[in-house]
Amino acid sequence: MSDIALEVKDLVKSFSLDGATINAVDQVSFQVKFGEFVALVGPSGSGKTTMLSILAALLSPTSGQVLIDGQDLSQMAEKDRVKLRREKIGFTFQANNLIPYLSARENVEFMLRLNGKLDHGSRIRSDELLARLGLAERLHNLPAQMSGGQQQRVAIARALIHNPALVLADEPTASLDTERAFQVVETFANLIHENGRAGIIVTHDLRMCQFVDRVLQMQDGKLVRVYEGKKEIKQLAMAGVH
Amino acid sequence: MSNPMNNIFIAAYLAIKEVFRNRGRFLMVALVIALITVLVLFIAALGEGLSDANRQYVANLDAQLIVFLEKSDYSITASRLETNTVKAVRRVDGVADAGPIYTSNTEIVSLPEPLKISMLGVEAEKPGMPPLLDGRYFRGGEAREAVMDMSVAQRTNLKIGDTIEIRSTQGTEDEFFTLTIVGLVDKQAYFFQPTIFVPPSTWELMRPQAESDLDSDTPYPNIIAVRLQDPAQAEEMKLRLVEKVSNIEVADIETTINNIPGYTAQQGTVQTQGGFTLLIGILVIGGFFQIQVLQKVPQIGVLKAIGSSNFVVGLSAVIQIIIVTAIGVGIGATLNYLFSLGLPPTIPLAFNGSRSIFAILLLLFIGPLGGLVSIIYAVRIEPLKALRLG
Ligand SMILES: Nc1ncnc2c1ncn2[C@@H]1O[C@H](COP(=O)(O)OP(=O)(O)O)[C@@H](O)[C@H]1O
Ligand SMILES: [Mg+2]
Repeated sequence: MSDIALEVKDLVKSFSLDGATINAVDQVSFQVKFGEFVALVGPSGSGKTTMLSILAALLSPTSGQVLIDGQDLSQMAEKDRVKLRREKIGFTFQANNLIPYLSARENVEFMLRLNGKLDHGSRIRSDELLARLGLAERLHNLPAQMSGGQQQRVAIARALIHNPALVLADEPTASLDTERAFQVVETFANLIHENGRAGIIVTHDLRMCQFVDRVLQMQDGKLVRVYEGKKEIKQLAMAGVH
Repeated sequence: MSNPMNNIFIAAYLAIKEVFRNRGRFLMVALVIALITVLVLFIAALGEGLSDANRQYVANLDAQLIVFLEKSDYSITASRLETNTVKAVRRVDGVADAGPIYTSNTEIVSLPEPLKISMLGVEAEKPGMPPLLDGRYFRGGEAREAVMDMSVAQRTNLKIGDTIEIRSTQGTEDEFFTLTIVGLVDKQAYFFQPTIFVPPSTWELMRPQAESDLDSDTPYPNIIAVRLQDPAQAEEMKLRLVEKVSNIEVADIETTINNIPGYTAQQGTVQTQGGFTLLIGILVIGGFFQIQVLQKVPQIGVLKAIGSSNFVVGLSAVIQIIIVTAIGVGIGATLNYLFSLGLPPTIPLAFNGSRSIFAILLLLFIGPLGGLVSIIYAVRIEPLKALRLG
């Protein structure tokens, strides 16, 4: 097995609005290895969510290739995309993450159910993961009975529980205070590293970059800069403080 | 794993969890469905009850064919046959037996509350006379004896051996006659009225009649009930009877019932009411689930984004609707049953008829039908909504 979890080649996504065509994603190429945590940053409208939607097999690219764990998304029928999302991908969205009528535990276990992998052992793992995220007391709470940060952490547990190749998180800290945000992203990073998953986090808060291995900066749909190495990333994160 | 059993299980799981965690809201819809169920079952029972009250006697005849006067359009009231037609009919090959039926309306006045009845003249032990439940048949001739239907007994305290007084307007005079009840039959209501049976000569004496009829004392039967040797030969026998006996037309039992005055129109009205109530049910359920699905767009988007198939989402919606409909219909049917227990027999409602069962099946169907649009809508929601609505 290759150590490449995600490979993006010459990816383009264009939208036509009122006759004009805009490239929301414009000739982007990069790779993410298993066990690597990557941040996607850039100003609003730079194409981050569009990029994530394509990686999540929710949106078809105009051209270019996306390979997840060796499988080419562009060659896939919708039925297989559903299967891929269920098996190979974990998600957290900006908001409305959880199924409102399922408890914290049930939301996480649902991912296992979908994959036909809910058994005694996986139930224990699911409770452990929630405990790890500080939710041991919240197992039976419905989403409406939890704070935004707690909901976001349940979503992270759900995104990881089925051991996907790729974990995608769109602005997971948007609704959290700074303290909480740091905690959540740090735990997230640890879980990605420990379990050898590939993680991509979209954020506009550069301070969160201190926990990642690489930062991809987008602007006007283009990948304009890559920050690598501890020092370079630390400088970027520090810049975010001001 | 995406095997169908797992998917069905997941769909049921989602449906049940959602209904249970929002039980207040779903119970309200179930109660609306229960209310509609009560209405529909009530209308069905009314239809069945009215239909019984109108046609029971004809429907339960031990006969396959009915002889009418020619050109009477199979109307029992319009038909008046010659007395000797019965003999002619009995002589036709293939006829097992035939009996004349004379119809009229009178009133039992020897009661605290006078009771309007159908008084039918028939010959004992001939087609037209129902089987006895208790007592004996009346004697022939002008015997002052009558057999009453259970529908009379239920509305009064009359028993076998009691005497009743009948009022009959003959010409311009009210005449009163006395009859002894000698026998009891069951399920013989006719023309919305409880029924008594008397011999033809007694009938002729006691029936209400116009001045011009008073001179004659020959009874003219309205119709003749014909029992065939081989019921399977009904079609051939119709033709043969018309050929061998002059001035008649012949119908089967069903045609006769449909031509009882007002029967078809009344049943049509009742069925239209039932139909409209069902339609309202479909709209109410459809409206509720449509609003529901509009509110659920983000969560359905998430369900799909994390890998639930359209099959799971659609089936879950179907199961949910079926659960809610079944609960509603169950509550409604139970209420209706309790209600029917406390109902006096004089009200023409029949809750145990085939129509009630048919109505329950239809009601169970209106949920999925009403929710169809919302199910299609749910299946069509794009998983991308999970990201973009965030
Ligand atoms: N469905 C769409 N139709 C038309 N334009 C779109 C659509 N989705 C995104 N865009 C455009 O693509 C660009 C990138 O958007 P987006 O990916 O949401 O950026 P970001 O998440 O970085 O804020 C924006 O100019 C946006 O208006
Ligand atoms: Mg965005």
